[in-house]
Amino acid sequence: MITVLIYILVLSVALCIYRMGRGPTPPDRAVALDILGTLMVGFCALLAILTEKDFYINIAISWALLSYVGTIALGKFLENRGFDE
Amino acid sequence: MFWDTVGYIFIVVGVVFDLLGCVGLVRLPDVYNRLQAATKCVTLGTAFLLFGVFFIYGFSALGIKALLCALFVLISSPTGAHALARGSHKGGVKLWEGSVIDLYAEDSENK
Repeated sequence: MITVLIYILVLSVALCIYRMGRGPTPPDRAVALDILGTLMVGFCALLAILTEKDFYINIAISWALLSYVGTIALGKFLENRGFDE
Repeated sequence: MFWDTVGYIFIVVGVVFDLLGCVGLVRLPDVYNRLQAATKCVTLGTAFLLFGVFFIYGFSALGIKALLCALFVLISSPTGAHALARGSHKGGVKLWEGSVIDLYAEDSENK
C-alpha cells in the first residue's frame, strides 16, 4: 500500500519537474523548486514508514530547513532584478 | 491498531492533496495562481502525511521528530511562498490578463 502511495508521489514530482523545465518566467521555476522541497519531505516520511528506519525522518527535517532557507534567498534574489517578458 | 488505521487514512489524504496541488501547479495560467494552489495544497498534504506518521509511531523518537517536522513545515512553507510572491511582484512579473484586481500595486502607488 505504501508502495502505491510512493508511486503517486513520484507522479507529483514528475508534474513539478515538468513545470520547472517548462515555466515561462524564472519565478515559475522558483515556485516549482519550493514545492519540490516540500514534496521531498513527505517522500522521506513515506520511506521512513516503508523501511522502518529512523534516519529518514532526520533527512526530512534537514531537507525542510534547507528548502526554507533556499526559498527565502530566491525571493530576495527575484526582488532586486527585473524580468522582462 | 486503531491509531494505525487513523494514521493510514491521514497519509492517504495527504498524498491525494499533494497530487492535486501539483496538478494545479501545471494547469493554472499565472505565477500567482500556481503559487497559491500549489503552496496551500502541498503544505497541508505534507503536514497531514507527517501527522499520519506521528499517529502510527506514537510518542517514540520517530513520532516526535515527525510532529516537529510537521509543525516546521506548517510555519515555514507559507512564509517562503509569501517571500516568493513579493519578490516576483516587485521583480515585475505581469499578472494574468483575466485577473480582476491588483491591490498590492495600488497600495504601492499610494505611498
